Amino acid sequence: MHPASIQGEKMEVAYYPGCTLKTNAKDFEETAIKVFELIGIEFKELDKWYCCGTVYSLATDNLMYRLAGIRNLIRAKEEGYEKLLTLCSICYNTLKQANLMAKSDKEAMEKINAFMDEEPDYDGSVDVIHPLQLIDKKFYEIKERVKKPLNKKYAAYYGCLLLRPKEVAIDEYENPSIMERLIEAMGGEAINFPLKNECCGSYNVAVNREAVIERTYRIVLNAKKNGADGIITSCPLCHFNLQEMQKEVKKIHSDFSGLPVYYFTEIMAEAFGVKNEGR
Amino acid sequence: MDTILSKVEELSGENLYACYQCGKCSAGCPMVEQMDFLPNQIILLIIRGDNSVVESKTPWVCAQCYQCGVRCPKNVDITKIMEALRLLKLRKNVDYIKISGMKKNLPQIAVVSASRKYTG
Ligand code: SF4
Ligand code: SF4
Repeated sequence: MHPASIQGEKMEVAYYPGCTLKTNAKDFEETAIKVFELIGIEFKELDKWYCCGTVYSLATDNLMYRLAGIRNLIRAKEEGYEKLLTLCSICYNTLKQANLMAKSDKEAMEKINAFMDEEPDYDGSVDVIHPLQLIDKKFYEIKERVKKPLNKKYAAYYGCLLLRPKEVAIDEYENPSIMERLIEAMGGEAINFPLKNECCGSYNVAVNREAVIERTYRIVLNAKKNGADGIITSCPLCHFNLQEMQKEVKKIHSDFSGLPVYYFTEIMAEAFGVKNEGR
Repeated sequence: MDTILSKVEELSGENLYACYQCGKCSAGCPMVEQMDFLPNQIILLIIRGDNSVVESKTPWVCAQCYQCGVRCPKNVDITKIMEALRLLKLRKNVDYIKISGMKKNLPQIAVVSASRKYTG
């Protein structure tokens, strides 16, 4: 029936949590570890890791701010891994861009390796991956695990950092579909959602909140008008903005009724019937 | 003498003269409503040598979402140009915000990224 997927094949993958997964986004980590284990992918948390520095620094001469990413990649390599997985979209983007630099910018890496003389040299050999990239080969296992088909309509919100810059895109950057296929595989309906790759306003929430309130309004309203019962994401900052700013939206637009926002692993846990297990 | 154009080109690594002002960057930018100049206008100001561009609100509203860059038909990465403009201020020890002035109850990810982008 599903000749392409190999049933029962287990894999272990190095896992970089990042700061927010241990605090605000604990639900994301807990459900992710659980549901991926059920489809044969075990997360092995790195023994040692540091904050990735969040948003990637873009200036040509700003190597200092890229060290944190490189150090984490060195930790993964030291522990013998060739791939490093991370759940948070921002960590993914930052580590991935740091690794692309390590692979392609010899001059920068000479400086970085010389500067971090306490560390072994790094050559870009650890591939940074996001769990959504592993799902493509796991649809057989996912369908097998579904105990409670979702029977709801979801808007798949990708935001920016899983898709851009295009060198780091986990999927087609203007029209990704992996989360939609996941929703459908679990008996849900993925709605049409043209704003799925439009920014939520990101760190503007710390200082320029009006902008993020406006973004939330536009994005959630668009999902709602297209019939969604909920929104799914893989970014703790998108999750915070889209969820928490809805309260502020309501103060401005009294007719706005809002939508719940979930991590994609939460609806997987829901469908697999393991949502509140062991908590 | 360093001009605003040469400084931005050096920091961003981008060739601003490649821009032919089609406006696609601004059409797709999700933050334009809060900006004082549109992304394509920022490029124009820099090319004209208008130093007041460093006082623009635009780079501080930019959310580093990379939409402008992936859609530019001339491969100009405006995301990097916005970063260059922020750094021209931050590297003079002028912070855009005080950390103490940040909103409360934010996830770490928001605090760390905002302090990276708004303070030197
Ligand atoms: S999209 Fe590119 S070419 Fe068009 S105005 Fe913007 S920077 Fe210039
Ligand atoms: S990176 Fe900045 S300027 Fe470019 S589209 Fe996003 S918010 Fe607008």
